Amino acid sequence: MSDLLSLTAVAARSALDKKECSASELTAAYLKAIEDTADNNAYVAVTAEKAMDMAKASDTRLAKGEGGALEGIPVGVKDMFCTKGVETTASSQILKGFVPTYESTVTSHLWADGAVMLGKLNCDEFAMGSANETSVFGPVTNPWTAASGDLKGKALTPGGSSGGSAAAMAARSCLLAPGTDTGGSIRQPAAFCGMVGLKPTYGRCSRRGIVAFASSLDQAGPITRDVADCALMMTSMAGHDAGDSTSIDAPMPDLMAALSTGVKGMRIGIPDQYTLEGMNQEIVALWEKGRAWLEDAGASCVPVSLPHTQYALPAYYIVAPAEASSNLARYDGVRYGQRVEGATLDDMYAKTRGAGFGDEVKRRILIGTYVLSAGYYDAYYIKAQQVRRLIQQDFLTVFEQVDALLTPSTPTAAFPLGEKMDAVSMFLNDVFTVPANLAGIPAISVPSGLSSDGLPLGLQLIAPALREDTLIRGAAVIEKAAGFDYVATGAAS
Amino acid sequence: MLLPLQQLFVTRLVITPMTIDKDTIPRIARLARLEIAPERQSALSEELASILSWVEQLNALDTSAVEPLASVTGHDLPLRDDIVTDGNDPDAVLSNAPEKTSNFFVVPKVVE
Repeated sequence: MSDLLSLTAVAARSALDKKECSASELTAAYLKAIEDTADNNAYVAVTAEKAMDMAKASDTRLAKGEGGALEGIPVGVKDMFCTKGVETTASSQILKGFVPTYESTVTSHLWADGAVMLGKLNCDEFAMGSANETSVFGPVTNPWTAASGDLKGKALTPGGSSGGSAAAMAARSCLLAPGTDTGGSIRQPAAFCGMVGLKPTYGRCSRRGIVAFASSLDQAGPITRDVADCALMMTSMAGHDAGDSTSIDAPMPDLMAALSTGVKGMRIGIPDQYTLEGMNQEIVALWEKGRAWLEDAGASCVPVSLPHTQYALPAYYIVAPAEASSNLARYDGVRYGQRVEGATLDDMYAKTRGAGFGDEVKRRILIGTYVLSAGYYDAYYIKAQQVRRLIQQDFLTVFEQVDALLTPSTPTAAFPLGEKMDAVSMFLNDVFTVPANLAGIPAISVPSGLSSDGLPLGLQLIAPALREDTLIRGAAVIEKAAGFDYVATGAAS
Repeated sequence: MLLPLQQLFVTRLVITPMTIDKDTIPRIARLARLEIAPERQSALSEELASILSWVEQLNALDTSAVEPLASVTGHDLPLRDDIVTDGNDPDAVLSNAPEKTSNFFVVPKVVE
């Protein structure tokens, strides 16, 4: 086959079955694409030998007719997933040299289904960031570039924290990419890079073996080239795991079937509070188009109210740092990771952590420690948890009237790397994505159009807990109507 | 020049200036066992103050009757059978230790 890189995972899987190509050829093509696009800094480690070994094993299974659902499909893994025998750093200095002795449950599922591991992908340090600029390995460049306007000629962010994953997908240097999403870290980079990104219901994917950021919010999910690949990969990643006490034991709906169900008769809510003062008119216009596409396909769209939306971001920026400060206490220079010697044990802890964590991680540890400290706990942490309840209640109420919600994925398209932005402005990237994490409900970003500068824009669908099938139904309709078939200028060919 | 995101939110960011005293950063850095370079402390103090000012908006909501939400799943923490399912593998446990000796992690002396 002439152009292996242009195949989606579903198409590649079918080509492997028909012997139109081998898993080894497919993996070799992706390893070459990684070399050709190395300038974007998406990969922090390439496991070429392991990839070719896994691909050969896939070819053997395919020859016997024993290929799994993802047999021979090349995958790039965000460096937040522990991979047995392969260095896992969460893009942090403090974990340099850490080689896990076990595999994360989610990646185990992918390998059990026959997928091939290409390497580890860059991300924000401990997934804390929205521009992939807090990584110890340096920023990732978005393979998309502006065709016109002020951004023309500038290197753009792929978003974050799964920036390397979304960039590698857009650069066609991997065919599937598992990400993690605590406040939008799958959906925002997917939107910035023209990819599909799904954050499932909290508990759908086991957190075992994923470097912990904020445990009540963290969820793994797929970043893929289209909605069908998303359905395929989501099905593989999910599943109950006794190794994660918050794992849900509920069957996943048939997502492949949901691809062709359509949205006839579905009720879609358009939340009033997601219209922001001074919002980018292109985003508003795209949102309106999305609504028309769903109505043309037989859905009815109605305005709905989520009255506590504006409080989601500040509540999130209490809850997430609080949990992070607790989770990151484990990096003490004793059991794993880097150590800086000190005169006393406390001195060693402080020096190790002072040298090992970057500025953004330190800032969040300090915020988290502050809001959990004596005298402030009730005023900040308990208050934020109460607001979180109100936000969840908003969604529960609105889902009595509608099947799903339609919103933009992000308030802007990709912005330039290296822009000076204060912490609060950077947080605002996540304004449309954070509420779903707080409520633990599933949400998907679908590439839906280009800005006037030629940059990808995404629409988000949000569904009630456990209704990933609703997301896939709506996303398939939006994808078809949008006809988004653009390829990044920085993609391998 | 304001970035697009800042322009977008400038009307929403009504921040009442808040100050935190100069001892706060050293105090919480000590609680977090986190060494902060002295020259970074005043900048961090300002950053922390601006974030805390921004989250102050939560106080506009009366939440006195609201139960805090700690877990979205709502299910009870499952208990597993009290049996050994893993273990007896000190080499794996110690394989990433910065310093170890005969099946122990080594730390600086804590008892005189």
